[in-house]
Amino acid sequence: MAEVLTRPAPARALRRPRIVARFGILALIVVAAAVGVLTWNVPGEPGSRAFWLAVNLRVVSVATIALVACCQAVATVLFHTATANRILTPSIMGFDALYVVMQTALVFFFGSSALSATDGLLKVVVQSVLMVGFATLLYGWLFAGRRGNLHIMLLVGVVLGVGFGSLSTVMQRLLTPSDFDVLSARLFGNLSNSDAEYLPWGALVVAVVLVIVWRARHRLDVLALGREASVNLGLAYRREVVGMLVLVAVLISVSTTMVGPMTFFGFLVATLAYQLAGSAQHRVVLPFAVLLGMATLLGGYFVLRHVFYAAGMLSIIIEFVGGVFFLVYLLRKGSL
Amino acid sequence: MISLTDVTMTYGDLTVLGPVTLDIPAGGVTALVGPNGAGKSTLLTIVGRLTTPTTGRVSVGGHDVSTTPGRTLAKTVSILRQENHFVTRLTVRELVGFGRFPHSQGRLNADDHAKVDEAIAFLDLTELSGRYLDQLSGGQRQRAYVAMVLAQDTDYILLDEPLNNLDMKHAVAMMGQLRRAADELGKTIVIVVHDINFAAAYADRIVALADGRVVHVGSPGDLMTSDTLEEVFGTPVEVRRDGPYPLAVYYR
Repeated sequence: MAEVLTRPAPARALRRPRIVARFGILALIVVAAAVGVLTWNVPGEPGSRAFWLAVNLRVVSVATIALVACCQAVATVLFHTATANRILTPSIMGFDALYVVMQTALVFFFGSSALSATDGLLKVVVQSVLMVGFATLLYGWLFAGRRGNLHIMLLVGVVLGVGFGSLSTVMQRLLTPSDFDVLSARLFGNLSNSDAEYLPWGALVVAVVLVIVWRARHRLDVLALGREASVNLGLAYRREVVGMLVLVAVLISVSTTMVGPMTFFGFLVATLAYQLAGSAQHRVVLPFAVLLGMATLLGGYFVLRHVFYAAGMLSIIIEFVGGVFFLVYLLRKGSL
Repeated sequence: MISLTDVTMTYGDLTVLGPVTLDIPAGGVTALVGPNGAGKSTLLTIVGRLTTPTTGRVSVGGHDVSTTPGRTLAKTVSILRQENHFVTRLTVRELVGFGRFPHSQGRLNADDHAKVDEAIAFLDLTELSGRYLDQLSGGQRQRAYVAMVLAQDTDYILLDEPLNNLDMKHAVAMMGQLRRAADELGKTIVIVVHDINFAAAYADRIVALADGRVVHVGSPGDLMTSDTLEEVFGTPVEVRRDGPYPLAVYYR
């Protein structure tokens, strides 16, 4: 121990190349996986019309995956920073559950045909507005008031999440088997059949959010130190936290409307990013988490689609790995 | 000057502080002393705008704490709590660099780096500056937190039990460094201390609290009498004056 303590710490200058190298490796994996997904086993000669048709179809998948990885990674890191904890994730606040209850209610009241009949940009917009409205209301009301308290807000979020979940379960029990079948296909995230029409809008929204987040990167570093340090350093703490949580809601709503709920993916990516990025600063952690998310999703998609021919299973497997990882992390840490 | 006017803090029916009306002049070291639960830390966090008082007004260096923008206040007054735990893994240098946030908003320029180096050197942390906080002993970590507050370069510095976790040698060194910060850098330092003898040996002023009220304000020489200390702390105290500074003897 004494030797460890007296060993000179790596100088600042030495850490930078290491960070750059890690970014490079990750970027290579992302590019390789993306090219793999796009061109592997494409019917027709490279350069022919059939080839480009197939590749164009796959571009939608790759873009969706990239966007979802972006949303989940950034949302989870933001959520961790805003709440100064590293275990809770946005889904625990009931965002995914809200999406599930909205879809279920639609089928419950109007039948499964309503699900496909109402698909389109309008529904996406309405859904996003509802989710963001819910977030703003919950955070604004619970947290910004005079007696506002982060822990109470989190607790209410958890309770609401469970409540939404139960409500969905009750409605699902009462559905006909065929309706339920259509609904459950919708509720499990599926990366390979997302809506191309929604993609540009989602990308636009995410781009705006990312610009805001990037400009706030130094304030986020401070925010991660918790309330007292943030106030001491002159941050408008409540406003910052509520603002960040609303951004989280926007990102999660985009991701959920595109591929359905994902519970542990963000946690997996964010936690690995903290371990591997080599710096705690948001200007390093955020892009690293995004790249890691893309590498995980694209790599997994490539392997499952072209090696095991089971692309639809990807989110299930990632959730499984993420869930196990979450439990291991929790057990090793020993407390919340 | 730090000035409090009719400040109270209540939780439901329980009044933990006040009403307190108190002026702490600029310059020097002021020690807040008193038994557990007297309201010392509450008073300090109210001045440091971490806690909003139930009633009353507080101003620091002419800025009203409740209405002045955070950024302006952060360049006027800094506060360090007793318990500091961060989820992010930081090196000493990164931590101290955060002290410059009110001035640079995170983009540290050459001047900021100089101030960071200065604060690190002031607390003898230069050799540890690349070390992560979780690789330090409790005392080293405590010094790193104080260095961050010094780097913030505010006229007013509030410290809640800065001697926590420090052994005899480092406690003496810390008080010496705070004394130097007041004398050489012209800072106004307000600290909460448990050991009345440290307060007596280093402070210019002692503010004694009991049951949420200020019971005595004065120089160490005025306050260090057996009667006053027994009244404040509620335990038998003998005061010796045969050394360089008055010494309270209360251990048995």
